[in-house]
Amino acid sequence: MSLDTRQIQPTKPTPAGGGDGALAPGRVLQNRYEIMGILGLGGMSAVYQGRDRRFPGVMKLCAVKEMKSHSLDPQMRQIAVQNFEREANILATLSHPAIPKVYDYFSEEARSYLVMEFIEGRDLEAVLSEMTGFLPQEQVLEWSIQLCDVLQFLHDRNPAIIFRDMKPSNIMLDKHGRLRLIDFGIAKNFQPGQKGTMIGTEGYSPPEQYRGIADQRTDIYALGATLHHVLTRQDPRVEPPFSFHERPIQSTNPAVTSEYAQIIMRALEYEPDRRWPSAEEMQRVLITLRPASVAHYGARATAHIDSGEVQPLWTFACEDEIRSAPILSNGVLYVCSYDHNVYALNSTTGKFLWKYATDGGIAGSPCVVDDRVIIGSDDRVVYCVNAQTGRIAWTCPTQGRVRSSPRAQYGHVFFGSDDRRLYAVNLQSGRASWKVEMDGPVRSSVAIGDDLLYFGDEAGSIYCVDIRGTIKWRYSTKRAVTSSPVYSKELQLVVVGSQDGTVYGLDAQSGWVVWRFRTGKAVISSPCVDEGMVYIGSADTNLYALEAKTGRQIWKYATDGQVNSSPAAANGVLYVGSVDGMVYSIDVKTGTLRWRVHTNGPVISSPIIEEDVVFIGSNDRLVYALPA
Amino acid sequence: MSVAENSLSASQSRVRQLQIGHVSDVGLVRSHNEDASLVVESVFEGDQAAETVGLFVVADGMGGHQAGEVASALAARMVAGRLMQDVYIPYLRQVTHQADQLPLTEALQQAVEAANQAVHDQVPGSGTTLTCALVINARVYLAHVGDSRAYLYYNHELKQLTRDHSYVDKLVELGQISLEAAAVHPQRNVLYRAVGQGDQLEIDIHLLDLPNSGRLLLCSDGLWGMLSDRIIQAVLASAHSPQDACQKLIAAANEAGGRDNITAVVIERVGG
Repeated sequence: MSLDTRQIQPTKPTPAGGGDGALAPGRVLQNRYEIMGILGLGGMSAVYQGRDRRFPGVMKLCAVKEMKSHSLDPQMRQIAVQNFEREANILATLSHPAIPKVYDYFSEEARSYLVMEFIEGRDLEAVLSEMTGFLPQEQVLEWSIQLCDVLQFLHDRNPAIIFRDMKPSNIMLDKHGRLRLIDFGIAKNFQPGQKGTMIGTEGYSPPEQYRGIADQRTDIYALGATLHHVLTRQDPRVEPPFSFHERPIQSTNPAVTSEYAQIIMRALEYEPDRRWPSAEEMQRVLITLRPASVAHYGARATAHIDSGEVQPLWTFACEDEIRSAPILSNGVLYVCSYDHNVYALNSTTGKFLWKYATDGGIAGSPCVVDDRVIIGSDDRVVYCVNAQTGRIAWTCPTQGRVRSSPRAQYGHVFFGSDDRRLYAVNLQSGRASWKVEMDGPVRSSVAIGDDLLYFGDEAGSIYCVDIRGTIKWRYSTKRAVTSSPVYSKELQLVVVGSQDGTVYGLDAQSGWVVWRFRTGKAVISSPCVDEGMVYIGSADTNLYALEAKTGRQIWKYATDGQVNSSPAAANGVLYVGSVDGMVYSIDVKTGTLRWRVHTNGPVISSPIIEEDVVFIGSNDRLVYALPA
Repeated sequence: MSVAENSLSASQSRVRQLQIGHVSDVGLVRSHNEDASLVVESVFEGDQAAETVGLFVVADGMGGHQAGEVASALAARMVAGRLMQDVYIPYLRQVTHQADQLPLTEALQQAVEAANQAVHDQVPGSGTTLTCALVINARVYLAHVGDSRAYLYYNHELKQLTRDHSYVDKLVELGQISLEAAAVHPQRNVLYRAVGQGDQLEIDIHLLDLPNSGRLLLCSDGLWGMLSDRIIQAVLASAHSPQDACQKLIAAANEAGGRDNITAVVIERVGG
């Protein structure tokens, strides 16, 4: 819902001409929206709680904002209508978890109406007035991070949108504990250099806004003022203007750390040039203050871009489930399916090029090297086929199903089998140079470090084997290690998950456990290590972001199903599938949802990203090419 | 390239050990030494393995009526005691590679937290910095709180590994003051994080390699506060042994005024 007067009690309804009063409960607009009561009433507009009667079986609530243009001056009336339409148009194009959705817009009896998502909760001004003492810093810090996120989203639009009225009463805390920005009544597309009239709220607005200037840094100042207010409970509307620096946060609320206070004070600099240049930059520093042990508030956004907006570039139908990651090489996408085939597809169009049939389901990913595609099958055989033609080059039989994905290096291909062996097979001849026997089936795929191989087995060990097949060390977890390790050269770490529910960070040379992170259920997902972070899924439905050197949790994101897919990162965005049938696109810094796309089956397959396209399979048998 | 061609030469037992230098000095101005330091080294050879485990601690206490030196000493002992129990004994018993053992970073954090609690409870009103390096073969695990520092000198380059948890360092980081202004800032001794502060102590953890002939320096602010990085680097580069490096560093800091207690521990990996 959206109105700056939301909390003002309608003690004295606006004087209005004939029939210009507030709508009575029971009144129905457009033969659809039933008015249930008034949420707020102001000079120019009113907001009602409404009910959408198109959903007769349920109480589908909405907020109905009404513009009452009761001005006698036709020009003023026209401006008011234009402003209202602008708000509707801006809101209708925005898709962000912190921005209310617009359902409908219409005019009736010389009044205009905007039907929006009804947000159940209280605004921050009400939250402040109903409490004693101070809000914990941790809480406000999470809010700051969320607010930077939505500001950055607005500022990133083209043209940029300046919210221009950030203040506690325009921020709703919904019943899920997430913040939602309301009242886009004065939000405006930013045109550089263009001055406007001062609209905003005294106390929260920066000096330049009084001169009619508003850009990104205007919103950053108002955010600073809002946070200052929330932390100190000193209402800036009753304090001298621009006096934040004379009223340090910590002198009122000593529980606030100096690091946090300094970040806010920089947002409140008098000169725009001395403030944070962008909400993104401010957010980056805020995130570093987050106590690592605290799960990220609001990391789970239920509001999301409807999958209808992210349309696959193409899909390709296999005949059975796709359980592994596709591989892209020279414009060709290679996909293994449980329908026994490996497929070669044109990655731009999804056009079928060739397929090669094995005698069993293929659970792992293919390995593409030097014009060859190597695949392991449930028929116990590893196949090498020509990457252009799909013609067979050699086969290598094992004594068990091959579910580990082959990995090539040193002129050899390494893979495990359910016969409990790890194989090193010559890439040219297909002959095994060596095999080493482990305690259990090897379904984990090999990570290759500096002349060392890392993998797990179903008996629960993580192994380090040198390239001659000699075991250098092993580490025992408590359950099967199906997850495939990732080797970080920079940190000299091997990161891998175990079905005992733990993610392990092991020293690559010695196997000493450097850190561990416990999730709620089995970890089958393989980690993605990127820029000092580890991303990994768990059967407890969460995707976790951990600091790579310590294993400390930075954020987690909850899906609606087990996350056995292995995440992949590209350009600050993480992609992963879930057994809930969705493919998720998540911001790596904040753990917030960008979009998710529905498939018609569990997504165990793992994504790969190439040039802004995400390729992933689903148990609905389809391969998807999605715009990143 | 085939596997055989790429293979390592036949394994042979090679002794890799640490050379250690260690000096602590009261300086020229203070009446007593509030720094504490601790050095433990273990070299094991046998069973086709040659392994080194080392533990090094530097702590710089603060607080009136000699509370500072009590705090730093207590913290150093506490950290070492916990790491012996949680890392060293399991290592000797060969149970480190099992899931029920404490990971190294957790062991370090718990050890520093134990020191934090002990100082908070037993020496109220005091605090101490704590920089602790656990060296296992070629890997270094650092835990750090406060404004003592760890540096690595290697390949003609000096790298500061730790970040000071001081007010001025934060101001510099936030772009509010320059490095030059920080050096003379009146509040440059104010820490925003110290062992002994009690609740919610955040501990920095760093992982790094100790390359052959690389020199790891742990020191209190009495050393780095008196000497530029350029001089520290020159001494670490030219000293003929870690002990020689420590002595020269302390002499240089005293020559520059010796305004505070000075402690230096230098660790170098040799052989192998």
